[in-house]
Amino acid sequence: MRHTVVEDWSRGSSTLHRRAAGAKLLTLAVFLVLLASSHRRLVVLTAALFALLVWAILAARLPVRGVLSRAAVVLPFSGVFAVVSWLSGDHNRSFELILKSYLSALAVLVLVGTTPLPELLRTLEIARVPQFLLTVMQFLYRYLFVVLDEASHMRAAAASRGGMTFGAAAGVLAVLFARSYSRAEGIHRAMTARGFDGRFRALVPRPYSAADGQFAAACILLLLLLRAATEVLH
Amino acid sequence: MTSVVEVRGLRYRYPDGTEALRGVDFDLQAGESVALLGANGSGKSTFALHLNGLLEGEGMVRVCGMEVTRATLPAVRRKVGLVFQDSDTQLFMPTVLEDVAFGLLNLGMTSEKANQRAQVSLEQVGMSAAPGRAPHHLSAGEKKRVALAGILALEPEILVLDEPTTFLDPPGQRALAELLRNLPQAKILITHDMPFARATCSRAVFFREGCVASDGTVNDIAGRFGWDFSDR
Amino acid sequence: MHIPDGFLSTPVWAALDALAAPAAGFAARRAQRGFDESKAPLLGVMGAFVFAAQMINFPVGVGTSGHLVGGALLAVTLGPAAASVVMTAILAIQALLFQDGGVLALGANVLNMAVVGVLAGYLPYHLWGRGRTRKAAIFAGGALSVLASAVLALAELLLSGVRMPASVLGVSLGLFLISAVIEGAITMAVVAALENIQPGFVRQPATGHSVLLSAVGITAVLLAAGGVVFASTAPDGIEHLAIQAGLAKPLSNYGGGAGVAGVGLVFLLLIVGGRIMRKRSA
Repeated sequence: MRHTVVEDWSRGSSTLHRRAAGAKLLTLAVFLVLLASSHRRLVVLTAALFALLVWAILAARLPVRGVLSRAAVVLPFSGVFAVVSWLSGDHNRSFELILKSYLSALAVLVLVGTTPLPELLRTLEIARVPQFLLTVMQFLYRYLFVVLDEASHMRAAAASRGGMTFGAAAGVLAVLFARSYSRAEGIHRAMTARGFDGRFRALVPRPYSAADGQFAAACILLLLLLRAATEVLH
Repeated sequence: MTSVVEVRGLRYRYPDGTEALRGVDFDLQAGESVALLGANGSGKSTFALHLNGLLEGEGMVRVCGMEVTRATLPAVRRKVGLVFQDSDTQLFMPTVLEDVAFGLLNLGMTSEKANQRAQVSLEQVGMSAAPGRAPHHLSAGEKKRVALAGILALEPEILVLDEPTTFLDPPGQRALAELLRNLPQAKILITHDMPFARATCSRAVFFREGCVASDGTVNDIAGRFGWDFSDR
Repeated sequence: MHIPDGFLSTPVWAALDALAAPAAGFAARRAQRGFDESKAPLLGVMGAFVFAAQMINFPVGVGTSGHLVGGALLAVTLGPAAASVVMTAILAIQALLFQDGGVLALGANVLNMAVVGVLAGYLPYHLWGRGRTRKAAIFAGGALSVLASAVLALAELLLSGVRMPASVLGVSLGLFLISAVIEGAITMAVVAALENIQPGFVRQPATGHSVLLSAVGITAVLLAAGGVVFASTAPDGIEHLAIQAGLAKPLSNYGGGAGVAGVGLVFLLLIVGGRIMRKRSA
């Protein structure tokens, strides 16, 4: 199943995988902001950033071709706007849209390809993201593939009966809705049976180590230098 | 022999009015394994949900000497460990370890202690290899074992398993039966699976239309009702 | 429409992130009700449902098919605050795991689809969800939620300087209208099917509404739509007006009209939404 690929990637054991989620998240944030705010010598900067990301992919022992092609998912959308911009005479914008959207997607992919989502969610708590929202995301992720499987079974069943009409599709969604609701009730019963009292308590995450701090500092420094270089060499 | 479960005259009506249980009497001794047999809708699962207070009916339900009331629910739920039929509903945390530790953290245990106890329970069921695994990557048998670990971590005296062999292939069923036989707790196994009932229990209780129709050894009940639950 | 990173200018994505954060926090507190987190699993599973629902194709003739977006459906079944939280969770997962929408642009996408989209989806139902107008209200909700979020996204892109000639704008708006109609139809059909299974799934709309509320709400939406149309047909004229009013700087890349309308819509709908949610809890 294609949608479990990122999850398999995230469970590796390279040095990058072992770095704390917070350090990687911070690095990503700096990366994205530097990229987004850059307009001069963009091609040079993006080439350098691309090289950096490919190095990270190799260091994380992820499949280079797989990661690069998955990030390309953004290209159809950006491509359309790039073409429109080009035809309107805004050539710079054209390049910007393609390069920035692709690189940003690639960078995010490197983060989630080296960090299991539950760990990432726990880190976001520190960034003052509402705990309730993070818990919702946690459960969404847990049951995403379960419900996707249900849906694909129903779709296959309909296909083997000669396809779905509009009304039949609405019926499928209604059944899926009802089943999901019912599943949530079952989950609540299972939680109550094990003493749930209204508050989710998490296992304490791994403590930060010096290596995490060094990693973040080194990466951020490198990124700032790259950006400064493109500004100065303009 | 101490009675760990005593039920007298249990009645229960669904919200829509249908009678699910019509006066059930039931006893369970410490360390005893009993199979609950009966057709769909005969009330077996509904009965089980009363044992840890998820459902509240009329009549008396006593667990380890405590009557099941609002006040005693937390204590009762430590004594009675319920393993639901759908493992996907039971394993709701993102990783195996977090799921097993869930009940322990709710008890107020510290993170380290919960971690340790969870690891021990996982070893008990033979799933200590990868605590960081996501539940949807596990096979049905592995999920069932992790679900059991989550219950065992709370050190209950009574295990209740609802249709545990659903989705398990014969080798999986045998592994589960083996695991259960080696556990000292009293067990209630709701099942359609006669061979499984025979492999794990000495006693069986037959439910029909919300009542206990028969109570005896597994062989007796099997003889009376056969594989298709019709009176012989 | 999920906006990727690299499209929005820095002031735009930063401002929208800053706006989206308290909005998401408000919705989360509203949906949670106190310190009890027990609704979280339900919302999570319903988020998974919406994901899966987007896989199901609805044939709309001529060999094409549409699919559910879900904002309006969630709003009428879970309430607008919970729906907002679910949509936010979905958008975040989509950005992180599926590269559908950017991370810096998450604020913009959340504002467009999880806040404005959900409110716009709920508003018609809140106002006209009883009696004979019920079905039409649900349809309108679905259509409006898609239209409002798409128009807002367009406004944000224009404000960031992404060039769109009038023809392209026209085609985009046309596509938005088609998607809006499809969403309205799907939402209506699914709600009907749901009520066959269990009438309790779809909430009753809160009672009591003020004419002022409806006027403000609908005007805000029309303002945004009108703003973008104006920007596409007479960009210089609107810019001139905006500059004179001191709302825009004289920079030729700015779709001032669309920007003004877009921002105005956001604020208006946030106010309206706040009013609605306060009424519901009263």
